[in-house]
Parts: sequence; structure tokens; C-alpha cells
Amino acid sequence: MEIRDKVIAIIADQAVLEPSDVTMDSTLEDLGIDSLGLVESIFAIEEAFDISVPFNANDPQESDFDISSVASIVAGIEKLVAEQK
Amino acid sequence: MKRVVITGAGTINALGHDVPETLEAMREGRCGIGQLEMRDLDRLAIKIGGQVKGFEAEGIFNRQQMALYDRFTQFTLVAARQAIAQAGLEFSGEMAAKCGVILGTSGGGMTTLDDNYRSVYEDGKNRVHPFVVPKLMNNAAASHVSMEFNLKGPSFTVASACASSNHAMAQAFQMIRCGMAPAMVTGGSESMLCFGGVKAWEGLRVMSRDACRPFSANRNGMVQGEGAGVFIFEEYEHAKKRGAEIMAEVAGYAMSSDASDIVMPSKRGAARTIAGALADSAIDCEEVGYINAHGTGTAANDKTECAAVADVFGPHADKLMISSTKSMHGHLIGGTGAVELLACIMALRDGVIAPTIGYQEPDPECALDVVPNEAREAKVNVALSNAFAFGGLNAVLALRRV
Repeated sequence: MEIRDKVIAIIADQAVLEPSDVTMDSTLEDLGIDSLGLVESIFAIEEAFDISVPFNANDPQESDFDISSVASIVAGIEKLVAEQK
Repeated sequence: MKRVVITGAGTINALGHDVPETLEAMREGRCGIGQLEMRDLDRLAIKIGGQVKGFEAEGIFNRQQMALYDRFTQFTLVAARQAIAQAGLEFSGEMAAKCGVILGTSGGGMTTLDDNYRSVYEDGKNRVHPFVVPKLMNNAAASHVSMEFNLKGPSFTVASACASSNHAMAQAFQMIRCGMAPAMVTGGSESMLCFGGVKAWEGLRVMSRDACRPFSANRNGMVQGEGAGVFIFEEYEHAKKRGAEIMAEVAGYAMSSDASDIVMPSKRGAARTIAGALADSAIDCEEVGYINAHGTGTAANDKTECAAVADVFGPHADKLMISSTKSMHGHLIGGTGAVELLACIMALRDGVIAPTIGYQEPDPECALDVVPNEAREAKVNVALSNAFAFGGLNAVLALRRV
């Protein structure tokens, strides 16, 4: 499974949606994922890819990790996987 | 209804091993937060905390006691001994039968849990020490205080996460106010600064890696602390008759639940509780000079708390002082309200307002007088102590100068 598909599967699981309902331009808000859901998704992503995601729930905007859309999350994870492998 | 006063106080925390040391540190705006000292630190992402340093159980407790007391119980007993010595109360006969111990803690014997899980899971041992259960149980500290001081009245432990101590003290206050008990030992303690305790908080991603900066625009999370605060709450006439030194009066309280979210605070819930404490103690909002904030240093708490204060106090919100001493001693979770009550006592009795240290940049969403970085002298007649816990459980105490 590609990184993109795996990330979408994790986000869909969190949002209780089918992966097909999660598009690259969806925002977490669109998908109904709140701050706790986001922290849980990031944990699942870290476990799935065995990486560490720099994310502070206090100030998501200030973190070195862009969560503004599914596309930005996927891009961020791809970068982290490349860096941390 | 009876009036309730505080006639004894004890503490051990990152700022000091007793009340005078702690208050001196608060006056000087000293920071007790530093590099954690514990095993496997290299496996932690969060390496700072308000740890109690230089504390040796040996000499304070005998070997048999040490085998039975988790760190949170040791902290509690150290603080309780100070408080009871200051109050000068002895518990025998009718007095012993009526007086009890109500303490707050969130995690109980976390160090005991951590050590013993490690022993059975990591080291593969199949046998644990026989005292694991009596050591780790949340009520262990309250029970040992009751045993050491012969307190035979209502005793139990309250767990409401970060509001545990405030809920415990509210309960003790209520028992004296309604005439059930002439005095109660109350407060709380926490010792979650063990590997598992820090690791668990790390998971939530709300911890700061460098400092606790409540209300500062560049704040980046909370910092855990540890320790205990224990007080003697006593019925006013009882204290007066025996000539006890009165530190402050506990005037009232309110408790409420947000009934909304397991981690996010609610402005309405916080405002309802602050307003409730004022109503319960028949205090006009203009009388309040100081609020010891919950002030965790997280984005969510600080702006919600400031908005709640602005809602309740209106224009007076700009006149009162509100500081978070968590910037100095860290967040003692279930013990935090107890240590923070000391800052309220200092404001009322000594006219010194503890600062919010580490304050670097104003945040328009926290535009109150947060007493940045330096303590201030001011005459204060009424002080509030806020606690808004995970799970949406709130408890606010109102104290008055005597």
C-alpha cells in the first residue's frame, strides 16, 4: 500500500468514513476530526510508519507539520518517512 | 452555618520542602522546573519537570514505613506533619472521632505501579512485593495520615484529575461548615514524575519541552510537577477559643461539570464555577483582588480561563490580578490546587502576589493582569483558586483575609 493510501485509511478510520469519502483536499474539519481525533490519528500514523511526527497539540499551526488538508498531511508523512528511514 | 478557617499548612514541592521555603521562592519568582532525574530519560521526549529534589525518605520514615509508603504518601505525610504541628491540634476522644482526612490525588502510587510493572513485564519476574496493593492504592496517603494522627472521622480520597485537591478541600470545608467536624486535614498530593507517568502525558502532545509559560503568547504546553500540600481547616470559633493563628478564611466554593468533552475545557463551565463560588461565599466580584489561575500553559486552558474570568467579572476583570504559579512548581495534577492555595494565603495574609514567571509575549486572548515575572505587593481581601480538570470537572475555592 502506498503511503497516501495508508494515511487515508487511518484518517478514514478515525472519521468513521469509507476511504473513498476522504479526498486529498478534505480538511480535518470537513471530516469531523477534532483535536483529540487528530492526536489519535497522528499516533496511528507514527505506529504505521515507525516514524516520529513533530506535532504539538497546543499550537498545531506552529508545529513543523502541516495539517491543513489530507494532501498536506500525506506530503508531510512522505517527507518524514524519507528522512527517518 | 459555621465559618471555616485555615490554621495550619504544610507542603513539599519543587520550590521548597516546607511552606516558608515555597512562599519565599514564589516571592522571588524562582523556577523549580528543571531537567528530570530518572532512569531511561533518553527514551523520553519530555525531559523537564518540577521535580522534588534533595528529598531523602531515610531519616524521615523508618524502614518498615518506607516499604509501605509510595512517594505520593511520603510527600503527603511530610506536608501533613508540618500542617498539624503548625495548627497545634491533638486528636483524642471526641475530637479524634469527628476529625478526618480528605485528600486529592489523581494517580495515587504511580511510582509503585511503574516499578512493579517493569519488574513483571520487563524483567520477567513472577513475584512482587506483598505491599504493592496497599502502597499504590489512591487512598493510601489519606489512610496513613489518619493512622499517624489518630483521625477517626470521615476520611477518603477524591480523584478528579487536576481538580482533585480543590474538590477534596471543598468537601472538607463543607463538613466543617455544616457542623459535622470541628477540623479536617485536607489538601492533596501527586507523584507522577516516573517514566510511565511522563510517557503517558507525552502521548497527549500537550507538554512543553522547555518551560511552562502560562498566558504568554509563545506558550507551548504544560510541565508536570510533583509534591503535596496539606492544610488544617478548622471551625472558626474552635480556632479562636484555643487561640490558634488563623492564616485565612475559606469563604465558599463551587463545583460543576462541563458535561461536554474529555479534554477540552469549557468557558461556560469555568465561568459558572467561578460565579458559583462567589455566590456561595456571598462575595461581590469587586471584592476579588487575586485569582490563582488554573493556568496550565496550554493554548486551550489559558484563553478559555481568561475569557471565563472576563465574563464573570466584567470591567473588574481588568483590575484584579491573576497569576499561574504552575510556571514555577509545574502542574501537580491531583495535588496542584493544594500547593496553589498557598499562593492565595500569601496574597491575603502577607499582601504578596505570586507572579506568572516565564512570561515573554502578551497574548491578546489573555489580556488580563497576569502579574508577569515579578511578585507584587498588594492588599487583597478576597482570593480565588481555580481548578478545571480533564473530564470537565471544575472546582473553585474562595478565600477571605481574616
